[in-house]
Amino acid sequence: MTTTTATPAQAGAAGAPGAKKRPRTILGLTLNGREREDLITDGLLLLDYLREVVGLTGTKQGCDGGECGACTVLVDDQPRLSCSTLAVQVQGRRVETVEGLTEGGTMSPLQQAFHESLGAQCGFCTPGMITTAEALLRHNPNPSVDEIKAAMGGNLCRCTGYVKIIESVQVAAAARNAQGGKGS
Amino acid sequence: MSIARLEKARAGQVGVRTPLIDGVDKVTGRAKYTADFKPADALVGRILRSPLPHAHIVSIDTSEAEALPGVVAVCTGDDCKVPFGVLPIAQNEFPLAREKVRYRGDPVAAVAAVDAETAARALKLIRVVYDPLPAYFSASKAMKPGAEPIHIDKPNNILREVHAEFGDTEAGFAAADLVREKTYRFAEVCHAQMEPNATLAEYDVERGHLTLHTTTQVPYYVLLKVAQCLEMEEAHVRVIKPFLGGGFGQRTEALHFEIIAALLARKARGKVRLLQTREETFIAHRGRPDTKITVKLGMTKDGKLTACHLQATQEGGAYAGYGIITIIYTGALLHGIYDIPAIKHDAWRVYTNLPPCGAQRGHGTVDARAAFEALMNEMADELGLDHIAVRQRNLLPSIPYITAYAQRVLSYGLPECLEKVLKASGWAERRGRMPKGRGLGVACSHFVSGTSTPKHWTGEPHAVVNLRVDFDGGITVLTGAADIGQGSNTMAAQMVAEVMGVDWKRLRVVSADSALTPKDNGSYSSRVTFMVGNAAIDAAKQLKRILTEAAARKFEASVADIECEGEIFRVVGSDREMHFRDVVRAALVDTGPITVKGAFTCPPEFMGSKQIRGSAIGATMGFCYAAQVVECSVDEVTGKVTAEKVWVAVDVGRALNPLAVEGQIQGGVWMGMGQAVSEQTVFNEGRMMAGNLLDYRVPTMVESPDIEVHIVESIDPNGPFGAKEASEGMLSGFLPALMDAVHEATGVRAYSLPLSPETTMELIDKRDGVPT
Repeated sequence: MTTTTATPAQAGAAGAPGAKKRPRTILGLTLNGREREDLITDGLLLLDYLREVVGLTGTKQGCDGGECGACTVLVDDQPRLSCSTLAVQVQGRRVETVEGLTEGGTMSPLQQAFHESLGAQCGFCTPGMITTAEALLRHNPNPSVDEIKAAMGGNLCRCTGYVKIIESVQVAAAARNAQGGKGS
Repeated sequence: MSIARLEKARAGQVGVRTPLIDGVDKVTGRAKYTADFKPADALVGRILRSPLPHAHIVSIDTSEAEALPGVVAVCTGDDCKVPFGVLPIAQNEFPLAREKVRYRGDPVAAVAAVDAETAARALKLIRVVYDPLPAYFSASKAMKPGAEPIHIDKPNNILREVHAEFGDTEAGFAAADLVREKTYRFAEVCHAQMEPNATLAEYDVERGHLTLHTTTQVPYYVLLKVAQCLEMEEAHVRVIKPFLGGGFGQRTEALHFEIIAALLARKARGKVRLLQTREETFIAHRGRPDTKITVKLGMTKDGKLTACHLQATQEGGAYAGYGIITIIYTGALLHGIYDIPAIKHDAWRVYTNLPPCGAQRGHGTVDARAAFEALMNEMADELGLDHIAVRQRNLLPSIPYITAYAQRVLSYGLPECLEKVLKASGWAERRGRMPKGRGLGVACSHFVSGTSTPKHWTGEPHAVVNLRVDFDGGITVLTGAADIGQGSNTMAAQMVAEVMGVDWKRLRVVSADSALTPKDNGSYSSRVTFMVGNAAIDAAKQLKRILTEAAARKFEASVADIECEGEIFRVVGSDREMHFRDVVRAALVDTGPITVKGAFTCPPEFMGSKQIRGSAIGATMGFCYAAQVVECSVDEVTGKVTAEKVWVAVDVGRALNPLAVEGQIQGGVWMGMGQAVSEQTVFNEGRMMAGNLLDYRVPTMVESPDIEVHIVESIDPNGPFGAKEASEGMLSGFLPALMDAVHEATGVRAYSLPLSPETTMELIDKRDGVPT
């Protein structure tokens, strides 16, 4: 009857009285360097686990699934769309969000470059941009412009026209290399 | 690509590349956007939307939904009988439809439930009986005599007709050596800001107070409309705009979901979190309408324009919204960029059974400017004139200049913009000598630095900023201006830092919270830098005077003898000096914490002329001007048009923060590129077919060009430190510049956008005589 799709599952909600109990799993993972365990429903998306269960709201939802890249997180150093990943899929794995890239309160080279080179305007795509770029630089410390575009083509931004995002990644790559590959 | 170095020590000063004052929050994930607020006891809101584009609502039965365990409140049109709309003269939208639905997606009911599953199940239990009506998806069908009226007060479905003539166009065309008339078609586009719409509404039952966190560019308008629709005292409503993930105009009016969230929270007697999907965010729409422009120009052999007649028809969607202003803008900015002796404007804003259009970056001016510039290029070719030279031939003759529409032009950097892009792009050497499949094109454009008349006439100043200083020596900038990512918080702080000479880190900005900050009309029409910037300067000057007087008292010297160097106050010619912190303490003696108020109002001579109907629209204190050259490639096998490089020069008056100005300009040009090459909303019998970010083709990084920015500073006499707007004026120029470049690359002229591969291939096949 309606043309709309469901709003994101409100994870961890008590549920309506009488609602069917859904299958549950204890999820164990390393999240931003810390081990933790949570009881989750099996259908829970990684995005909703991070935002609604853990409360790490840095990871953003910009679309109805797999369209925009704003929800990108790192799973064992690889960029993953947390909106299209079940939380149970990261069982036993190492997950990093934008919050986890800061070390002792100091911004990572990418965070600093996005700040100082204005790679972030409204900031909503920024967590996904930075995590995607982080994965790129860990894998390829000296990417060309074309390599940056290829790696980040799935991350949409509506403010910058991407020019300063590309500059930010280049600035960060240079800074990381000067620091001897910090963060890799 | 040059990577500019930061001058960190001087950050915050006018003219210094300054990262956003709230940028660290954005890159570390600390910044909280509306959907990031989740009180543990908040209910989940959902909206039931009409499956039909036009129908009477016969009945709505919510009893089963209300009986479902876990459902706390169900609202329908019966819960709100007060219509809303951004323009006081055209309020015809209900947050939940009453009697009729007018587009597929029109909200008809809403639920608040304990979780998303229950809310979804409840929507399925609401029984709505509709009686379908004929529906119209094009202006021509909606305007046909005998068509079913979408709104009862507009029997021909025309929201507004505009007819105006300045000078004698007939004589102008008679004096021309060449007269041409062409029709251009521009597909409807949408903002697609990255953050989906969301509202958290919290109702305090005992006090009868409502607090909204919401995704808006205009918290003040949202407060007005929520209070109006809920028939509440405005004093009982608080609206907070947290960090905002872009806007580009979608959020320049209160939207249905915000009022629905408020209705649900009050009825549920608690908190409701209403998150909109991406598809619902597209359905809320308010984008740039599908527009047909017929433009006729007269030109002498040497390229001087003699007359212009522009006709515009916009398919505006189902409700009025900003429509009256949007249609007037198609004519208002025919003025103020070139010297044209006679201008005629006829335009029609038409209701259709589609999601309502609204204000999108370059509000109303983009398609008109694009058509005008495209025809200018075509006629220059016919006369054998260079495309930059023909623009130079038509520049405003002298400044100050008053347009036929009563706009005052006091600063005009367009000549320099043209010089800059001519040189940077290698125009003289390269244009006309491009290899096959490559082309260069040029166009100019402009936009207002804020509309000089507020939408709601209250007699108040157009902008107010408070500065607060207390025992700690920190300066708090309080502004109602909504930072939507454009950096208005940073701009306001810069104005204060520059006037007061204080350390950048001494400043903090509190913005867009109706309980704390002075009212601001909102972030639209590129008004904030000009108006709020001037108000911030006024406030800072007052605070500086108070502090200087305090220093003078402490030193027992005269105010005239106090000089400041950074944060040191000194008696001229002596070694007696005090630090800012001590001056503040001295100033607080006997008075306590200090709050000052700075204000700015556009003088009446900038508000248009009472003799010219509609001239309040497009009335401004200063235009931003832009010229751009686009280099494109065209793949004649696939029809793919690629912008390879853009050189853009923009007269921003003064670049208060060159880093932010470049970012705004690049974003503006790039959004024009999206409209030119790929973006288009698509409807099938009123059903949105591109309500996601894959089918609605926002350009990715892969197909986005380098955009080389040249800043021109004309120093506007009224702008804050000479500044004008810097984010809208360059958008429209991209469209005709690309059309021009494609013509050089392929020999075909486009009369319809976007230049998608299909459209381009059709043109190339037609050129080659390929049978279709």
